[in-house]
Amino acid sequence: MSGLNFRGIWAIYRTEMARTRRTVWQSVATPVITTVLYFIVFGGAIGSRMKQVGGVGYGAFIVPGLIMLTLLTQGISNASVAIYFPKFTRTIFELLSAPISSTEAVFAYVGAAATKSVMIGLIILATATLFVPVRVLHPGWMVAFLLLTAVSFALFGFIIGIWAENFEQLAIIPSLVVTPLTFLGGAFYSIDMLPQPWRTISLFNPVVYLVSGFRWSFYGVGDVGVATSLGFIVAFMVLCLALLWWIFRSGYRLKP
Amino acid sequence: MSPVLSVSAVKKTYKSGQVALHEIDLTVQKGEIFALLGPNGAGKTTLISIICGLVSMTSGQVLVAGHDIVRDYRAARAMIGLVPQEIALDIFATVEDTVRFTRGLFGRRGAPDRIEQLLRDLSLWDKRGARTMELSGGMKRRVMIAKALSHDPDILFLDEPTAGVDVNLRRDMWEIVRRLRDRGVTIILTTHYIEEAEEMADRVGVIDRGRLVLVEETAALMRKFGKRRLSIMMQQRMEAIPPELASWPLRLEAGGERLVYDFDAKAPDTGIPRLLRDLGTAGIDYKDLETSRNSLEDIFVDLVENGA
Repeated sequence: MSGLNFRGIWAIYRTEMARTRRTVWQSVATPVITTVLYFIVFGGAIGSRMKQVGGVGYGAFIVPGLIMLTLLTQGISNASVAIYFPKFTRTIFELLSAPISSTEAVFAYVGAAATKSVMIGLIILATATLFVPVRVLHPGWMVAFLLLTAVSFALFGFIIGIWAENFEQLAIIPSLVVTPLTFLGGAFYSIDMLPQPWRTISLFNPVVYLVSGFRWSFYGVGDVGVATSLGFIVAFMVLCLALLWWIFRSGYRLKP
Repeated sequence: MSPVLSVSAVKKTYKSGQVALHEIDLTVQKGEIFALLGPNGAGKTTLISIICGLVSMTSGQVLVAGHDIVRDYRAARAMIGLVPQEIALDIFATVEDTVRFTRGLFGRRGAPDRIEQLLRDLSLWDKRGARTMELSGGMKRRVMIAKALSHDPDILFLDEPTAGVDVNLRRDMWEIVRRLRDRGVTIILTTHYIEEAEEMADRVGVIDRGRLVLVEETAALMRKFGKRRLSIMMQQRMEAIPPELASWPLRLEAGGERLVYDFDAKAPDTGIPRLLRDLGTAGIDYKDLETSRNSLEDIFVDLVENGA
């Protein structure tokens, strides 16, 4: 055999996607129900008493933030579980003994995790259009942000899955770091609405840049410039890739 | 003939500082059945894990049919199938899916006929749609073997294949090993059941505390160390060996109830007929005869203990 192991990549990708089919309710229904709840609470109950934010109705305003929130959490949880579970059940021996490169394996696992989060993101978008008028001013950028975010956070999740040595560690970063950052990242408000010094502090929250850039692609308004948003997410992706490169080079937590 | 596996100066020191392997050198020829014997913690699994890519070596080189396992890992690993000691399966996947997955992972085109044949050979065909978690321990082990064979490897590693396995599976396992050997597959196994190594293996390697203390053809090893012994149970207890038998290298055991004669079974003349005639001439009656042979286990214990 020479060249890339495409069949190997496909085998992993297909198996990962099959897992989604097996757990279709958990994978798809949960985020949809959660989103509907957000719309009822934030869009319906609270939003009806709120003015427009940046020229956009509140219900429509939160749509990009909600999709981003889902992309982040789904990307991380899908990819981290995908690689942690074989470690836990020790089936990872098979991956390590197979004629497949680390890059190919990451491509397959991260690709599957990102595919799932993008699918869920699009389902949420479709659900949202049932409740509020959603416009997409820059569809190309919207897709670009969607894909970049899904892939970056799947990579981040993959790293967490390799690092985690038990289920507690697997859950700690998503629940202790990512969820607070997303809620404080301007998914439900514009950071202009915050008093100082919180507004300035928010600029240190990476999620602000993701939500802002994504929202810009919908409505043409954002908390920070679109170039800054794009630059941030690319930088985050490069950081994850560099970490993974080091992990596979050193065999960290994979090969004794 | 070039070796299918060549291990040279392979060393492994774990991060804890524990030396698992001191410079191991080993070559295995194509089509051989090679058994690695050794006590627990001797380094058998570490050696196999290094060759299969699960553990990185500290120094040394391993070639699989000439392919370096580090630089040319794709070609090397594509030739190898591994059945680890512990059962590790995706519990949610079905038998057929998990076997097909391994074949794909190893870069092979999907081949439903081949998978069917494999599952039939391993008595798994009826269970092909069952999730692996629904299977019994023995069935799970069969699935592990099916996965390892799914990509038609040239070398099959079996780490403790018969530990905790029932008689049926053990018999089937050896049947599979024989069939694979007939097809030219090289088999490297570790085992605690020394009789099995003795019966199945062409060559045996004894590993102890990270060192390969001996590699020998099983037959030669048995010839070298495998003396045969004739035990003659006396009708009447004997105080001393009678002068008529003084020319024989005999000794008395069990308080004079047993006369013991060691001989070389491969020698043209074992001396047994003459000895029995001499006993008759001397008027010594015996009630039973028994011949036995040093087992590989005796040899092994001898080597490991005396090598200390």
